[in-house]
Amino acid sequence: MAHFKVENLSISFGGIKAVNNVSFEVEENKIFSIIGPNGSGKTTIFNMISGIYKPNEGTIFLENENLVGMRPDTIALRGVARTFQNIQLFGNATVMDNLMLGRHIHMKTGILSGAFMWGRHSYAAKEEIRHREIIEHIIDFLDLQSLRDLFVSSLPYGKRKLVELGRALALQPKVLLLDEPSAGMNTEEKDDLRIWIKDIQEDYKVTILLIEHDMNMVMGISDRILAINQGMKIVEGTPKEVQRNPEVIAAYLGEEE
Amino acid sequence: MDMKRDYYEDVKLFKSGTILFWSAVLLIFLFTLPIYLPSYNIYLLNIIMVNVILAVGLNILVGYTGQISLGHAGFFAIGAYGTSLIMMHLHLPFVAAIILAALIAAFFGFIIGLPALRLEGPYLAIATLGFGLTIMHIIGRWDVFGGRMGITAPPLDMGIPGSAFSYVVQGDVKIYYVILIITVLLVIAARNMMKTRVGRAFMSIRDDDIAAEVMGVNLTIYKTMSFAVSAFYAGVAGGLYGFVVGFFDPFTFNLILSIIFLVMITVGGLGSIMGAIMGAMLITYLQYDLLKNVENLPYLGGLLTMVSKKWFTMIGLANFSSIALGLIMIAIVIFEPLGMFGIWIRMKKYWKTWPF
Repeated sequence: MAHFKVENLSISFGGIKAVNNVSFEVEENKIFSIIGPNGSGKTTIFNMISGIYKPNEGTIFLENENLVGMRPDTIALRGVARTFQNIQLFGNATVMDNLMLGRHIHMKTGILSGAFMWGRHSYAAKEEIRHREIIEHIIDFLDLQSLRDLFVSSLPYGKRKLVELGRALALQPKVLLLDEPSAGMNTEEKDDLRIWIKDIQEDYKVTILLIEHDMNMVMGISDRILAINQGMKIVEGTPKEVQRNPEVIAAYLGEEE
Repeated sequence: MDMKRDYYEDVKLFKSGTILFWSAVLLIFLFTLPIYLPSYNIYLLNIIMVNVILAVGLNILVGYTGQISLGHAGFFAIGAYGTSLIMMHLHLPFVAAIILAALIAAFFGFIIGLPALRLEGPYLAIATLGFGLTIMHIIGRWDVFGGRMGITAPPLDMGIPGSAFSYVVQGDVKIYYVILIITVLLVIAARNMMKTRVGRAFMSIRDDDIAAEVMGVNLTIYKTMSFAVSAFYAGVAGGLYGFVVGFFDPFTFNLILSIIFLVMITVGGLGSIMGAIMGAMLITYLQYDLLKNVENLPYLGGLLTMVSKKWFTMIGLANFSSIALGLIMIAIVIFEPLGMFGIWIRMKKYWKTWPF
């Protein structure tokens, strides 16, 4: 059985079928991209996978466990992390605190053990130190050293995107959902991001689901691509197959007269 | 120096030797304060510390978790009545009684936190407002609570009341030490909590609850937890307040009190423990003591007293108390939205970079 599998996923909002009977499978440690015009239901699929929307029909299996019906925080516990299209960081906290929140599910400190953090050898302090070390690797990996104590709301857009990626990585997910990670980045930043995504795939051994409009990036790094339009699957296959598909070309460029 | 050598330095209480030194100086100063001050001022200090505890707790809910409460006077009342009644009827020592009462307050906080899962902003404000008013009226109607006439707090007994192990703490100065120790402990506990996992979860709910949930923060647990912790602080503050004033009735814990608590943390600075402390100090001082001192000012004092006598129904400067409070609140919110904490940060920056 596939590592991550979506079957017959459907959701409608007030009579409009935003996602209609979409199925796909992703193998472990592969990059799987979802492309489609604006409003075609890509982000809606992500929202259903991470539990923000409840699908009307269909199943989402991660390692033989159905995620449909679980709360978003339970889904996170199962190993699904994501970034958002419009960046949803904790603006009034530092980069470090944002990244540390990614460690939330791996930590145990509660009210009492937190309140009684007396000295270096208390439980809470030891746990903080251990997880801050892990975060430091992510900070090194994404080149965020100079920003670690800055407030997120003071950062430029491209850097915030990276912090959000770092926060998702900190959760050590099995499946990582990236919703337009390169939006708003310049060419240079996009090139870096491409390399980072490849590195994440190799170093962190995660399965990556990617929504992206930059076709160079999508065609360059994806193992497989799913193209959807108006909530329905057009085609799924390798980058080459998808590129040649006449329906994809029609959806993107308009039909030939 | 800002050089950090290991991760512990990020979370430890005293980030540098200088801070440790000045904290020690401050603590010694606070412990020797009764020697230099007349006893009325000790009474005022006790009230201030009670409000500091409450403001720090309320700030956990409002400033860190981003929820609102217009009912904190209710938790404050549960703490005050609970502690006194438990000591009178169950004959428990003070420490046990106040912890028990604060836990009862925390339980009510948890209950009030449940609707907060679905309510936001103005709706949550109304729900908590309802709670505060209900508590006040239940206490007013119920004989066990002394009804409308209120009750007198029992002696502050560290041992078992009415037995050979009784040890009564009497007088403002001795009560001052009890409150000071509890305040220091609770402030440090709050600071530690906010620096670790639970505090970050609270802050994530405040800034973006959807992202928080997607990152694995259980909103049900952490929202109700925030209400419970905040109510616990209010309960402890209430328990101490009973012994400071000695006598209280249901109308001590009215809606205005809940609002004054919110004023304290807003003026002090939302989402900062230091801010809550400064706000509680300033607002309590303004409420209790400022106008007495103004009366003695040359020229201005006489002028204000004259205006008050001529145009206000009540004689004396009490008339100006709420006006002054209102003006200061408006001024701080307009000129320094981060509150007094913002001013503090700017002063710190100024001295760090001085003389540039």
